[in-house]
Amino acid sequence: MSRPSDHIESPAPAPHDGVIQPKLGPIGYVRYFWRQLTSMRTALFLLLLLAVAAVPGSVFPQRSSDPNGVTQYFSNNPSAAPTLDKLQLFDVYTSAWFSAIYLLLFISLIGCVIPRTIHHAKALASPPPKTPARLERLGAFSAFEIDADVSGPSLTAASAVASGRTVLRKAGYRVRMFDGRGPDGPELSVSAERGYLRETGNLVFHFSLIGILLAVGIGGGVGYTGQKVLVVGQAFANVRLTFDAFTKGRFFSDSDLQPYRIRLDKFAVKYEESNRNALGQPIDYTADVTTFDAAGKATPAVVKVNDPLRLGGNDVYLLGNGYAPWITVKNPAGKTVYSEPVPFLAKDANLTSLGIIKVPDGLASQVGMRAFFYPTAAKSADNVLGSVYPDLRNPMLSLVVFTGDLGIDKGVPKSVYVLDSDKMTPLAGPGTADGTSALRLKPGETAQIPRGLGSITFENKAPASEKADLSKSVQRFVSFDVHRDPTQGWVLFFAISLLAGLLTSLFIPRRRLWIKVVELAGGRLRIEYAGLARGEDPTLDAAVSAVAQRHSQQLGLRLTL
Amino acid sequence: MGVYLFAFIAFTLDLAKRSAETPVATATAPARVGLMSRVGGTAVLERLPIAPTAPGRRSNRFERAAFALTILGWALHVVGTVLRGIAAHRVPWANMFEFSLTASAIIVGVFIAVQVWQDLRFLGAYITGFSLIMLGFGTVGFYVSVVPLPPALQSYWLVIHVFVATLGTAFFAIGAGLSLVQLIQARREAKQFSGLKFLDTMPDAEKLENLSYRVIVVGFVFWTFTLMAGAIWAAHAWGRYWGWDTKEVWTFIIWTIFAGYIHARATRGWRGSRSAYLAIVGFAAVMFNFTIVNLFFKGLHAYSGL
Repeated sequence: MSRPSDHIESPAPAPHDGVIQPKLGPIGYVRYFWRQLTSMRTALFLLLLLAVAAVPGSVFPQRSSDPNGVTQYFSNNPSAAPTLDKLQLFDVYTSAWFSAIYLLLFISLIGCVIPRTIHHAKALASPPPKTPARLERLGAFSAFEIDADVSGPSLTAASAVASGRTVLRKAGYRVRMFDGRGPDGPELSVSAERGYLRETGNLVFHFSLIGILLAVGIGGGVGYTGQKVLVVGQAFANVRLTFDAFTKGRFFSDSDLQPYRIRLDKFAVKYEESNRNALGQPIDYTADVTTFDAAGKATPAVVKVNDPLRLGGNDVYLLGNGYAPWITVKNPAGKTVYSEPVPFLAKDANLTSLGIIKVPDGLASQVGMRAFFYPTAAKSADNVLGSVYPDLRNPMLSLVVFTGDLGIDKGVPKSVYVLDSDKMTPLAGPGTADGTSALRLKPGETAQIPRGLGSITFENKAPASEKADLSKSVQRFVSFDVHRDPTQGWVLFFAISLLAGLLTSLFIPRRRLWIKVVELAGGRLRIEYAGLARGEDPTLDAAVSAVAQRHSQQLGLRLTL
Repeated sequence: MGVYLFAFIAFTLDLAKRSAETPVATATAPARVGLMSRVGGTAVLERLPIAPTAPGRRSNRFERAAFALTILGWALHVVGTVLRGIAAHRVPWANMFEFSLTASAIIVGVFIAVQVWQDLRFLGAYITGFSLIMLGFGTVGFYVSVVPLPPALQSYWLVIHVFVATLGTAFFAIGAGLSLVQLIQARREAKQFSGLKFLDTMPDAEKLENLSYRVIVVGFVFWTFTLMAGAIWAAHAWGRYWGWDTKEVWTFIIWTIFAGYIHARATRGWRGSRSAYLAIVGFAAVMFNFTIVNLFFKGLHAYSGL
């Protein structure tokens, strides 16, 4: 909203010492604070404060979007991090101070919007106001006199005003007729108003903001998100326990999960192979899955990055992927004590990946391994192994082996992606007493664990006929995100109504227009046009002259300036 | 880029030339008369208190040359952008270089289109200079050869979301430019010094403020749509429509700053210079979002290609 063109901006009153307001009781103070809170100035201040308060959330790592970064920050800045954590700088958007700002802003909004809605409802119900006595005071004013001989018998004040009314109605105005007497003679006038949609749009916009806030709040309480890592060939059922990570809203209950099962059958990655500038860039990820409903009926489906699977009220998204080498550990007698695929987490774009293998039972002492997997292993200039291409051209596994206490015997849960090797003895790799280097395995090869603890095999999972083709020897894993947010549709609805409200509130002009016909002495007529805009309206002059043109055409007169 | 350079030089010369123009004296409007006549009838006249239209100033030859060069440079720019798109078999905005290329083309394009509505050619030096910097950084700092789209960007939302964001940026850029000139004009009017004579040929501070408001309001609508389209795309690709990712946060911050700008115009004491500062701060945030956030901040949005 802004001021009309003839508004004179009054300067803020000068501050002075003497208190000149009346003494307020408690109710008076409540009213005073409420009025301050719902004023435009407070809204402006809170809006700008909200913008500033959102900045720290982009500077510091946030637990909601980058939990690894937070842990990193703690290890890099051990003295500063706990203080920042106390100030909730790692959870800015759920912090007390950020929430206070936007909650206050919304209270201010609601407190302003409700009285305005009542006012607008009254304005919608009431007809346009009485025509001002002196139209020449208004900005967009023009007047024309018609001689008696020009006007003729057919053109009377009444007919002129009636055609003016028609012109205005056609232009979308709400009209009202008035009948009076001015200093120059009897006056007939039409008072017109249009543009109520502007204020309606404004109110719709602000109510939509409230709607979005409510929908987001409710959705957060009723919705849930689960992550599951699946190696090709594995399946999972939609039960809370099977998920690797699960965040749920306050009002979630286990019966909200609908029964289904998803099995990952195939995962295909297409890499860029012709464009030399982008060799190895992934250009497609496609996961072929089979879904089983509660009755056990199988349906094949495809999940891609921008194409989630809709199943059982959930959306299943394809988020990350990587390699999952299959490791088998046997004891000295040849019995298998550990055999499963281990998801390795990628460290760079060429999928150099790190995995942790823990063998707590079955061998003479507990064994932990920190392994690097290189899909296409190559030695760099300083003799360091690394991967140079993300596809399986020369797969190699490099294992650093430890023995000792894995720290999981007491039942305290530890991350499967971290090996605490501080209290363990290195058996192979850097730091060993006898200088045994890290074990290096290609798919299908076996190595002996030092001290006769057993053997490790890096399984070649290619089909039997294609064992020689190493490009299929290692399986991939895919991480799926299972998501449910029943209020998503509402948020979208409010967002669209917000946009519609915004467009109408900014671009529809709100104005009043008057056409006055004065019967002068001697049969002459004077026709006056004037307009007043509510708020800033640069098109006001043009609109008034357009009405004048059309009116004169209707009257059969030629208007010349 | 060379053509833009010449356009920029010409616009700067135009500004200098405008300084030399003597301020045009506002002619007193003759009493305008109105006639209403039937064909063949006689006329009766009445004075109309319509404000006299300011006599138009004739654009000097530098300005005409500069504008022609801008249009030529823009045409070449658009051809280059389209060719890049054809070479990559997709819309040309998937990394920092391509975005610099496309965004500067759209900013200049919007500037040219806006001239149809109002004569804002005095912003020419600012817009062409800005485009030059953007293209310069893009070509020298961000250039990458044509590479295919990563899977996360393979969606028609790429066309909608980024294109509308660029349109919004263009309007914010023009609004910020107008605010800048408005601030200088306001200072001139306050202190009544008459240095920088070329400012005489530009509208006064209040008109500039109104123009700036109208331009920014259009940009704000586009920015709101950008936020929404981004959220819809995120829900489609990442599973959630809002996750406080760095770029999402900064887009929201910019939206809030410009929402504050619109509210400021309705708050006593905040019209005039304060609103202009807010518009400039908002545009600075847009630039920050484009450069620093893309390059230095971590997040799901890091498609800089570098």
